[in-house]
Amino acid sequence: MSAVEVTQVNKIFNAGKQNAVEALVDVDLVVQPGEFVSLIGPSGCGKSTLLRLIANLLEPTSGSILVNGKPAKQARIDQDYGMAFQQSGLFEWRTVARNIELPLELKGWDKAKRRARSREMLELVKLGDFAKHMPWQLSGGMQQRVAIARALASHPKLLLMDEPFGALDEMTREHMQSELLQICARTSTTVVFVTHSIPEAVYLSNRVVVMSPRPGRITDIIDVELGSDRNEDTREDAAFYGRITAVREALRGVEMAAGARGIEDR
Amino acid sequence: MRLAWVTRVVLPPAVFGLVLFGAWELAVVVFNIKPYFLVPPSAIASRFVDNADLIWAAMRVSGANALIGLLLGAAFGVAMSFLLLRFRALDEIVTPLSIALNAIPIFVLVAVFNNMFAITSEVPRRLMVTLVVYFVVLVNVARGLRDVDATHVELMQSYAAGEWKILQRVRVPNAVPYFFTALKIAAPLSVITAFVSEYFGGSQNGLGNKITSNLATSKKAEGWAYVAGACLLGLAFFLIAVAIEAVSTPGGVGEPGREGG
Ligand SMILES: Nc1ncnc2c1ncn2[C@@H]1O[C@H](COP(=O)(O)OP(=O)(O)OP(=O)(O)O)[C@@H](O)[C@H]1O
Ligand SMILES: [Mg+2]
Repeated sequence: MSAVEVTQVNKIFNAGKQNAVEALVDVDLVVQPGEFVSLIGPSGCGKSTLLRLIANLLEPTSGSILVNGKPAKQARIDQDYGMAFQQSGLFEWRTVARNIELPLELKGWDKAKRRARSREMLELVKLGDFAKHMPWQLSGGMQQRVAIARALASHPKLLLMDEPFGALDEMTREHMQSELLQICARTSTTVVFVTHSIPEAVYLSNRVVVMSPRPGRITDIIDVELGSDRNEDTREDAAFYGRITAVREALRGVEMAAGARGIEDR
Repeated sequence: MRLAWVTRVVLPPAVFGLVLFGAWELAVVVFNIKPYFLVPPSAIASRFVDNADLIWAAMRVSGANALIGLLLGAAFGVAMSFLLLRFRALDEIVTPLSIALNAIPIFVLVAVFNNMFAITSEVPRRLMVTLVVYFVVLVNVARGLRDVDATHVELMQSYAAGEWKILQRVRVPNAVPYFFTALKIAAPLSVITAFVSEYFGGSQNGLGNKITSNLATSKKAEGWAYVAGACLLGLAFFLIAVAIEAVSTPGGVGEPGREGG
């Protein structure tokens, strides 16, 4: 059974009206369990839209989406996935621990069980001493780690992330990438990851999905094949650069076609 | 830390006040200002002490009107905010109207209310305070319930939460700082409205009446002593609002719109 199965999906915003936007056209994508897949492409090509469709925060205009073998809506109701955004989206009136416990609270877990799990998650993201802090007492990188801990709190099989490191500085970002890989390996989580950064996509992913805008579609899927034990040395590997070049060329094709911008070359 | 708070928050206004009163006192003496024009603070203070019982009685009349109006207005304002959230169509009519009414001095309406009740009734004044407070609370709390972080709502949906859970876990906590902002504006405003309402007729027992009647009979220092009483009452209401906020937001006092992320 695939973790995610997107079949012939189209998404038109404001369909039938004057301001209709063809956000996605004929999108097919299958993600296998344990896989790390990145979506990359110029601004406005529909990366966030595709992720929201998988999360069932949006309904497709046509086509079908299965998550863990169920319709996306059922998967959402069963809380089969965790989600993280560019803004950490922490609730500023809740402590760090109670932020992580929110999805569990809504699942109806009792307090002792929630406490135990939030402690476990805080250890996982190396913030064991910050349970009682308020979100604004943490740095941006720490807040993002809390958001990831929250997304992983119910041990979902699938993690959906929309530019989660987009607002972080380069150093923190690389550090968080390595941590995310370790966490996902340890918890064998499947990830669909939206990013603007080519090196980030290559470093993290088993496959990089390249998209083009107007209308949004998948133009290329690039296998990364850097093995499963990636570390800081991987970033200096010739194979790593080779894959970066491959993704860049695929994107260049997209940009030539669309005259679009918005890809970071870092 | 306590000491730092005292030097930072309490000291500057206290010093400013002392300097101001000192200059006032000095000016009255040095320029030989006549008492019918301006009385010195020392005279006001001594009249305040002499008439403490009478001032306290007047403060209780105006204070009770302000308090009752404040509580009712806040309750109706909060209740209406929830109704507006539930019925969006109503919102589109009521909100622009509230904002417009909020911008004009509607307390003149008390003259209309006075005609509707017995001459000695305190109801028109309380009604007036209720109305003024209601709009302040409504405009702020409605915004707090509505303007929530889009990411928070999407997260809640990803947790399979419906509108009711979103209201409970996102909208209400988001509106809490807006409510306290409204309360800090409304509390002193309720006092001002209560005693300004007294200028439009009715019983001659509140601070507003005492100020005018004393000033009119050339008892300037007494008039000023009642003004001081009015200041104390407004300040007390504001400080109580601040204290309630501090007690009920243990995570730290915040302003609306402060970002967590
Ligand atoms: N709610 C909406 N209503 C109307 N149009 C929308 C909506 N959300 C997205 N769009 C449009 O759909 C297209 C794809 O948007 P989307 O946010 O998925 O792009 P993206 O690839 O995530 O871009 P970015 O890299 O800038 O985040 C854009 O043209 C956008 O204007
Ligand atoms: Mg996006």
